[in-house]
Amino acid sequence: MSEYVRQMPDNVGPLTRPPGLARKMHVDAPLLVLLLALTAYGLLVLYSASGQSMDAVVRQGRYFVLAYVVMFAMAQFSPVRWSRWSPWGYLLGVALLAAVAVAGVGAKGAQRWLDLGGFRFQPSEVMKLAVPMTIAWYLGARVLPPVSKHIVACLLMIAIPCGLIVRQPDLGTSLLIGASGLFGIFMAGISWRFIFGTGLVAVFSAWPAWMFMLEDYQKQRILTLLNPESDKLGAGWNIIQSKTAIGSGGWTGKGWTQGTQSQLDFLPESHTDFIIAVLAEEFGLQGVLLLLGLYVLILLRAFWIGLNAQSSYGRILCGSITLTFFVYIFVNMGMVAGLLPVVGVPLPLVSAGGTSVVTLMAGFGLLMAVSTEKRVVGQ
Amino acid sequence: MVTRVVLKDTQREQRIFGARSLVALGFVTLLLGVLLVRYYSLQINEYEAYSTASERNRVQLQPLPPKRGLIYDRNGVLLADNRPSYTLSLIVERVDDLDATLASLAELVTIDQSDLEKFRGRVRQRRPYDPVPLRFRLDDIEQARIAVNRHRLPGVTVQAQLQRYYPHGELFAHALGYVGRINVEEMGQIDQADYRGTFHIGKIGIERRYEDELHGTVGYQTVETNAHGRVLRVLERFDPVPGEDLILHLDYDLQRVAHEQLAGRRGAVVAIDPLTGGVLALVSTPSFDSNLFVNGISSRDYNALRDSPDVPLFNRTVQGQYPPGSTVKPMIAMAGLEAGLIDPLYTVPDPGWYRLPGDRRRYRDWILRIRGTGHAPEVDLKMALAESCDVYFYDLARRLTVDGIHDYLDHYGLGRRTGIDTTAERPGVLPSKAWKRAALSQAWYPGETLSVGIGQGYMLATPLQLAVATSVLATQGEHREPRLVQWLGNEALEAPMVEPLMADGANWDAVVEGMREVVHGRRGTAKAISKGMDYEMAGKTGTAQVIGIAQDAVYDEDEIDARHRNHGLFIAFAPLDAPTIAVAVIVENGGGSSAAYPIARAVIDAWLEREAS
Repeated sequence: MSEYVRQMPDNVGPLTRPPGLARKMHVDAPLLVLLLALTAYGLLVLYSASGQSMDAVVRQGRYFVLAYVVMFAMAQFSPVRWSRWSPWGYLLGVALLAAVAVAGVGAKGAQRWLDLGGFRFQPSEVMKLAVPMTIAWYLGARVLPPVSKHIVACLLMIAIPCGLIVRQPDLGTSLLIGASGLFGIFMAGISWRFIFGTGLVAVFSAWPAWMFMLEDYQKQRILTLLNPESDKLGAGWNIIQSKTAIGSGGWTGKGWTQGTQSQLDFLPESHTDFIIAVLAEEFGLQGVLLLLGLYVLILLRAFWIGLNAQSSYGRILCGSITLTFFVYIFVNMGMVAGLLPVVGVPLPLVSAGGTSVVTLMAGFGLLMAVSTEKRVVGQ
Repeated sequence: MVTRVVLKDTQREQRIFGARSLVALGFVTLLLGVLLVRYYSLQINEYEAYSTASERNRVQLQPLPPKRGLIYDRNGVLLADNRPSYTLSLIVERVDDLDATLASLAELVTIDQSDLEKFRGRVRQRRPYDPVPLRFRLDDIEQARIAVNRHRLPGVTVQAQLQRYYPHGELFAHALGYVGRINVEEMGQIDQADYRGTFHIGKIGIERRYEDELHGTVGYQTVETNAHGRVLRVLERFDPVPGEDLILHLDYDLQRVAHEQLAGRRGAVVAIDPLTGGVLALVSTPSFDSNLFVNGISSRDYNALRDSPDVPLFNRTVQGQYPPGSTVKPMIAMAGLEAGLIDPLYTVPDPGWYRLPGDRRRYRDWILRIRGTGHAPEVDLKMALAESCDVYFYDLARRLTVDGIHDYLDHYGLGRRTGIDTTAERPGVLPSKAWKRAALSQAWYPGETLSVGIGQGYMLATPLQLAVATSVLATQGEHREPRLVQWLGNEALEAPMVEPLMADGANWDAVVEGMREVVHGRRGTAKAISKGMDYEMAGKTGTAQVIGIAQDAVYDEDEIDARHRNHGLFIAFAPLDAPTIAVAVIVENGGGSSAAYPIARAVIDAWLEREAS
């Protein structure tokens, strides 16, 4: 029997369909459509959240144009090339982070930017992609599931940039980058025993971390989260106002540009990190479900691309990018709804801001590169 | 050496990745579920609560303080106005850095240490999100500086309020009273809802007495505000009902004339329209600028007023209780006539002194010191009034007895509050045997009755009481409570009638004839003012001793301290046939009535001139 199974039936046609236009352009059409829909929805919300400022929408639109160009450009290179470039990108990123630590500029007590002749640049953004790419490069070249020494090597590769970013200090970004690396290891098939063992250690090291590692403002964020009412006009104000905005939206919402919490400035950061509160207030739970629906479809498509990737590099990279994308969604929406501490995480592709949009779309460019890689027939 | 070549098992790796993807999807689904539950619970389960909270955020109920009623004199001269005043306030909850903000404000407007101290006190007692006043009465330049810099001063507001202003501060200070900032004690007494947004309340005088009418009714508006407290639009509005305007009986010109006549002296003038009971003039000097009190008088200014020996804050017209002296003689005479003890032809021998039966003490007539003898061997009623013969009234008082005098003079409103529509009125003293027992726990001595007969001793009356009593004489028995306010908005206020004094017309005529002689008679005590008078006036002079003069001691005015000189009094009404004004004047330490009657003449002249025109 087994012989027959290995035979291809004659009537199934060619193994691969002839590549369409999108494929030739290295564009994953379903993903592109979903991203465009999300972009449009985001700009609609942004118009209202920015106090009905067309300027803000145009500015954000320009970022999106740039981001789509970057995505398109990155999709043109094959995963094989990206894999080859990964370690170099990583080394460059670490060097830049080190440069930030020495000669960076910043604001509000944080030193996050490099000033390159008037152009401000945040090296930690590079690491958001460089870390998962490097993990995928390193593990993709090895037999999976990874053995301990490879895992240790990966952890080291993750720890170096994370450590540099924590020192800026930027705990939120550091955690996200660390998570993206760990997702890579996870997708590569790290053993469950290792995961649970580390989990236990993490739980037991939480106390000393709280005591010695967290800055006061970080502790304050966590404490405020646990009891926002304790500081009504200080740190708790943001959470109370965002929950009020979300809650008062109800099922149908107050209508586009009719959200009183956001339009009357009660909501802090309404067009950036807290934009989901504007959406929830003006479009209600319906609008939230629509947004989550779009996100879920994007996630499913991304998983699908990963599952169909032709190399371990592609699979691990897709898995890592996809899960990181979800972490952004979860952390942001959880934070605004008072489930998580207030950390500076934007709502992906909806919050105003150039850097995060470009980085995210670059990630989707990599996904598209994986998705449109030339099929090797017969493995 | 065997090199272990490890081959990648692509299918196995795909399987691992598939499994891990499933696990990851499971986690994603789980966490998405958490988000969904959270948003569902916020937006559906707790919708009501958050909707209310959002509404409360957005909508604020703002009090609209009513405009305080204005006060006019009888001819429409504005006596109490409302003017806009700008107050610099801070909403502390919205100020980022209070010390820094105060420091920047101090660069824009003058803020002294006491402003800051009072501000910090108010901050401790504020309601959340209420503006706390820092500086009152910003001038135009300060206001403009704040307006220009407001964008960088979150939580700083300038509130415009209408504030009381008295255009003729000193002239009407005692007549009107004044408003001041609501204090803690008053806060407990007023309906706080009705005073939200109002910072002033009538403290004394008409402003206090008519507080309810002048204040009006507070209105409200619901406004939409943004997080910075800026009002964006008015959603609903209930207009305040402005306070009623008051039109007084007071006459600005009369008030001014009286004030000018008293200038530099301590004294009081009260003029009443005997037909209506309306108070035409109510002047007490020295006076003060009532505007000082509106926003809280500085302690330096207040101490100066309080500690002045001339007590400018003392409203002599209703608070000053003076021995009325001989001004009570017309009333005592009426009592004698009505009791049948005397008639116009009845005479009393006058050696210049009087002696009670069985008492060696001599009660001297004031004329004795001047002439060394009495007014005439026999004094009749007309002469007794015209020349203010003490002996005649010593005799009459003895025969009337103190209780007889008390019961009769009570009809003129002496010894009790007149009921005028202002505050702080004092009752004076109309002595009787019962009064002395109650007040002093002492028996009445017969000699004291003689003192009462000439308005001395225990007897005390306010200038207002004397004016009311004079108007009873002028109307031959009609008695009304004196009233300052004539119109309350569109409602005419009638002065309530007091039980009239029924008396024989011939008796009234006899007394009025005597009072006419005071002014127009050849030997009248006030004949000095009859010169050039083109109308007839009835009057009565009075001199009130400030210190008791020892028996037979030489009374020398020059040697007596200015503050121990006698008070000069005068009561009068005119024109004689149909009186339209009754006046009482007192000049403290004026020496004698000659200080007082020219003032009455000037006031009456002014009034009759005004009526004629």
